[in-house]
Amino acid sequence: MSDTGRGSPFAPHTDAETAAMLDAIGVESQEELFDIPEDVRFDGEFGIAPRSEREIRHEIQLHLDRDDDLTAFLGRGHYDHYVPSMVDHLADRSEFLSSYTQYQPEIAQGFLQALFEYQSMLVELTGLEIANCSMYDGASALGEAATLALRARSVDGTRVLIPELLADGRRAVLENYLAGTDATIERYPMADGNADREALADALDDDCAMVYAENPTVRGTIEEGLSEIGELADEHGALFCLGTDGVALSLLEKPASVGADVVVGDAALGLGASGGLGLGLFATHEDFLRQVPGRLVGVGEDSDENRAYTLTLQTREQHIRRERATSNICTNQAWVALRAAMHAAWLGADGLVGLAEDCVTNARDLADRLDDVDGVEAPAHDRHHFREFTVRTDRPAAEMREELEDEGFAVHAIDDQLLQFCVTETNAGQIEDLAAAVEVVA
Amino acid sequence: MRYDQATWTREDGDENAGSYEPLLAEKRSTEVTVDESPLPDDLTRESVELPDPSEPELARHYTRLSQMNYGVESGPFPLGSCTMKYNPKFTEDVAALPGAGTHPARSAASTQGTLELRHHLQTYLARIGGMDSVTLQPPAGAAGEFTGILVAKAYHEEHGNSRSEIIVPESAHGTNFASAALAGYDVVSLPSAEDGRVDVDALEAAVSDDTAALMLTNPNTLGLFERDIDEIAEIVHGAGGLLYYDGANLNALLGRVRPGDMGFDVMHYNVHKTFATPHGGGGPGAGPVGVVEEFAPYLPSPQIEERDGEYERVEPEHTIGKVHGFAGNWLVLLKTYAYIARLGDSGLTDTSAKAVLNANYLASQIEYEIPFSPFHHEFVASADRDAADVAKRMLDYGVHPPTTKWPEIVDEALMTEPTEAETKAALDQLARAFNNAADDDDEALETAPERTAAGRIDQADAARNPRLSWQTLDD
Repeated sequence: MSDTGRGSPFAPHTDAETAAMLDAIGVESQEELFDIPEDVRFDGEFGIAPRSEREIRHEIQLHLDRDDDLTAFLGRGHYDHYVPSMVDHLADRSEFLSSYTQYQPEIAQGFLQALFEYQSMLVELTGLEIANCSMYDGASALGEAATLALRARSVDGTRVLIPELLADGRRAVLENYLAGTDATIERYPMADGNADREALADALDDDCAMVYAENPTVRGTIEEGLSEIGELADEHGALFCLGTDGVALSLLEKPASVGADVVVGDAALGLGASGGLGLGLFATHEDFLRQVPGRLVGVGEDSDENRAYTLTLQTREQHIRRERATSNICTNQAWVALRAAMHAAWLGADGLVGLAEDCVTNARDLADRLDDVDGVEAPAHDRHHFREFTVRTDRPAAEMREELEDEGFAVHAIDDQLLQFCVTETNAGQIEDLAAAVEVVA
Repeated sequence: MRYDQATWTREDGDENAGSYEPLLAEKRSTEVTVDESPLPDDLTRESVELPDPSEPELARHYTRLSQMNYGVESGPFPLGSCTMKYNPKFTEDVAALPGAGTHPARSAASTQGTLELRHHLQTYLARIGGMDSVTLQPPAGAAGEFTGILVAKAYHEEHGNSRSEIIVPESAHGTNFASAALAGYDVVSLPSAEDGRVDVDALEAAVSDDTAALMLTNPNTLGLFERDIDEIAEIVHGAGGLLYYDGANLNALLGRVRPGDMGFDVMHYNVHKTFATPHGGGGPGAGPVGVVEEFAPYLPSPQIEERDGEYERVEPEHTIGKVHGFAGNWLVLLKTYAYIARLGDSGLTDTSAKAVLNANYLASQIEYEIPFSPFHHEFVASADRDAADVAKRMLDYGVHPPTTKWPEIVDEALMTEPTEAETKAALDQLARAFNNAADDDDEALETAPERTAAGRIDQADAARNPRLSWQTLDD
């Protein structure tokens, strides 16, 4: 028992109830119930003082206040789109938030239906037949795509080709997902921000298991030769994995129409800037149904022959297949998938496409504005852009980044003389202020 | 007792029965042609079709769906090994504070407050687990396992050892096997001894120069404390392997014994299980990993370290790299911090006392055989008939049933973990649900549930004929 005599506020026992329960069990004290040898027992303290709700909220607020109040023009996989209030209010209903994975489908029809709707929307957006109900993030989804490629009987080879320009997190996580295999990861060159398709064609051979490309790329350029990449991969029997996001999907070329076999990415819907918390998209062809990682919701019938939803094809999963499972994933990002589905439905097709179009025009507007500033060239790549773009700087980019922070703006410095800016509806109103700040530091 | 969680019931003979709430796509859907975009046509898709209900319709849709879903606040949720405890409301508000979620690429200099919070949480978790360093990056428990095994692998490689095997007790969580396999190891499954614990002789026989690690949860999935833990640690360490602690059952031990004190080298914490972050119907979770000092140089990058009052992102010397694209599930971790701060030493210690008390009290009130004891926060009863049927019948009695048919060492297992958050009255309700189901005849069990939003679902049929999107539905 606690030496202060104060217990958990979330363990509701009165002393009388505790006594009655001990009596029913037939022991004298709670401690008697612990079958722990003396020599390993912990008799110290954690040194963590219990605080009240009010104190903790205040304490955390004080910490957050110590963060500088910057306007972020940051992206590279994590995007700050506005999430409507409705999403918070409905997703926070405790029947959703405090429920478990749907192992008892008869009392989980609501969440199952919502996940089924999420899968269906991703099927529409990608044009592929199968979408799972989430991965941790785009990086782990990419890792899972690569292990799928190595497992799939229809695919031979051990080489995984990735773009030379790729978010560090995605590359590093992919490396770990392949650490247990004999696969090698090789980078293919880029030309002016996009895949260098000639170089890619040279790099490809029949030992390739997967070719990964992104649209938009990590620098925000819109890929122009996706169908060609898809054909190249196909010629060599390699999977074509396409990285994208939930907003870009609504406007850019449909992945299925360019020959993508797997689509991965960070959703960019359902949550705004959240310190990295997100949602990994994963969709693929039905040929790979039995190789899909993670959870799938399907439609079946109940005993009254009514439509009902259930987790399905669970024999792929770790709790049944153990070391032969398609993935080790158990807990995923289901609640974020629920939020993303709510967000997408709230926007509707019109709203989502409009949001995506704004990602093009806002980036274009900011680039045009910055290009007027002496000492910077924007965009650095002569491409169409989605949401973000790079800027060539005369001065060292790292110094400019730091100075922009002093001016109240967070941006990426990605190379000696390259900055990167990401604009969404949440910071588009500050384009002029940012441009003025860039003028100061350029 | 009535099952009243679903606010409307199935009606026989109604042609719409079953579609209690139509799919969004069946309500209103709009197809938008992409033809006036700011991009050239060859870079855009032709059209998009998505549901397009108004906000009021959506609010009603999701409210209805939520009413067809059982959560911790709907009633008892004794799902063994899942630790479905109450999720305090204030932690949600804390995670929703303005500025709680910034972009993960923000500089360390401009996010000192957030980094300090992360550092505090690393410290709290280290103290609770008896570890020296903690990474917050893994986004779930299984990702934590994978991280821990990668740390073990990197350590062995750094020391010139190529070890190929991970030993996992037969009764372990499925993720242990899958995580070890994902890291490229052969999995050696260790049978249990007759008393339900690790068979020390079998372990002795299983370890070799190829042993990279033993993954163990303690108490194990039967709720039993591995009393031979000192000897187990000696055997594994003697063979040059690491001892990995699966934190799934840590809720049983808070303040009484720490994994570090038991000889564990690496562990993961399941924050939703032990620290009450909501499970969200499947996630997001977070699976921080703790290590003793020797293994700290292998942790994922970056680690948050404090130097002269400044918090920095540091790359550990032999880092395994990254296990999440960004900085892990930060907002979930923030809820973890708030929960730990709310409880403090006394609350954490009381949590385990009451979790163990509740499991033992519930066990004393049910008419089922419990073959293995003394158990702690959970027990595994034997249904003595089809455990899945018993579970479905328990739905009719207004509770969430236990985990069924696992671990397999108990025949027709009902793995039951009530958690500390249940009152005596709720446990009595649970016990009645168990006992009523035991008394019901076979027909009542086989036709259950009858008071839920859907009747028994034919999962085998759903798997034989996979329909995974509304695009596949004809009706």
